[in-house]
Amino acid sequence: MGDFLVIWEQRAQVLAGLAGTLELLAFSGAVSLLGSFLLLPALISRRRMIAGIAACYVDAMRCTPFLLLAYIVYFALPLAGVRLDNWWAGALALCVYNIAYMAELLRGAWAGLPGSLIEAGKAYGFTGFTLLWRIVLPPVIIDALPLLGNQLVQIVKDSAFLTVIAVTEITHEMNGIQATYFIPFASFVTAIALYWAVCLAIEGASGLLAKKMEARRA
Amino acid sequence: MTAYDYWSIVQGALATIVYSLASIVLGVPLGLGLALIRWARTPVLNRVVMLYVSLIRSCPAVTLTLLLFFALPQFGISLEPPVAAILALTISTSAFNCEIWRASLNSFPKDQYDAALSFAMPRGLRLRRIVLPQLWRSSLPGLVNEMTLQVKSTPAVAVIGIVEITRAALRVGARTYEPLPPFLFALLLYGMIVFVFIKAQRMLERRAAGGGRV
Repeated sequence: MGDFLVIWEQRAQVLAGLAGTLELLAFSGAVSLLGSFLLLPALISRRRMIAGIAACYVDAMRCTPFLLLAYIVYFALPLAGVRLDNWWAGALALCVYNIAYMAELLRGAWAGLPGSLIEAGKAYGFTGFTLLWRIVLPPVIIDALPLLGNQLVQIVKDSAFLTVIAVTEITHEMNGIQATYFIPFASFVTAIALYWAVCLAIEGASGLLAKKMEARRA
Repeated sequence: MTAYDYWSIVQGALATIVYSLASIVLGVPLGLGLALIRWARTPVLNRVVMLYVSLIRSCPAVTLTLLLFFALPQFGISLEPPVAAILALTISTSAFNCEIWRASLNSFPKDQYDAALSFAMPRGLRLRRIVLPQLWRSSLPGLVNEMTLQVKSTPAVAVIGIVEITRAALRVGARTYEPLPPFLFALLLYGMIVFVFIKAQRMLERRAAGGGRV
């Protein structure tokens, strides 16, 4: 129990770690969501070339462990003359990785859309952007929502890897406390509890959002 | 990069394969056990498993590995790095496998189970003869998907000094001052391992479809 008191005394550092993880989540989550919506048209493009290149990117990411990608971004970008600090390198790796996964989720939801829905929309005179916005996107988003929530949880978990490039996040800070005060159990249990809380909050929020959207549709 | 450098990364690949396979071999049956506990609505254990799955699913593999390796010695249990690594990977994959098995169990047609019951089949036999043979077929895609995710989470055990593909590539890069070639070679190796899993799944599915015809 005394060990947890030490953690409590170091709460500033613990909170800094939590804030770091949440910042990574907010930034990478928002950019990945936006990016995946931009990548989606390329993935379902009728032009073979464009769809092929997009699918290649998605498949490459699906074969790569996140840690390896983080290392590549961290070590390779300076070779290309781009200097990023650790946080930006980590956040960039998270975005590049998760855009691919989220776009694939959206493509799945899009493919499950009945063709009759779009035809009915067209028959009612919806065209172009309004067709997309009013008819196509709502069911795609509702279908993909729980999976997108899972992907956000995945971002939280992947962000723990960024401790290897010394980004301030939960695991990194708790490992620091652990090494200073020799209280590994209390530190890592606190870390896991924090991850759990963050992930439960994400699941709760995506569940609530799904319910709201479902209610609006009905 | 010299031939020796390539060879050291290939050796890392062997470690990745061994750790993934070990955790899969242990984690898949463990996941089934957990799923059966939830399916049978065992009074207290049901809640415990629910908590376990929720907790582990949100716990990063890196953090879990660090916890097992550094914190258990505080209680007088000190694990060698390979044991701690396999334990961490098994714990994390079993939670995901539990959810996959449970989804299949929940969608298992109840009438078949009732039919077996009307033939007075005892519970254990019902499970072995009726449920399990069909269950693994419907769970296979999910399980293989989880296996490929598992291969991708093995770099987490590098934090306690285990040299698998990613760490081997990092070492080569640190020595030659050219990080990119070893990382690209590592990427290729991961791609190959994941590809083998997907191929094996297709083969098993085809065999299952052939053998499952009534």
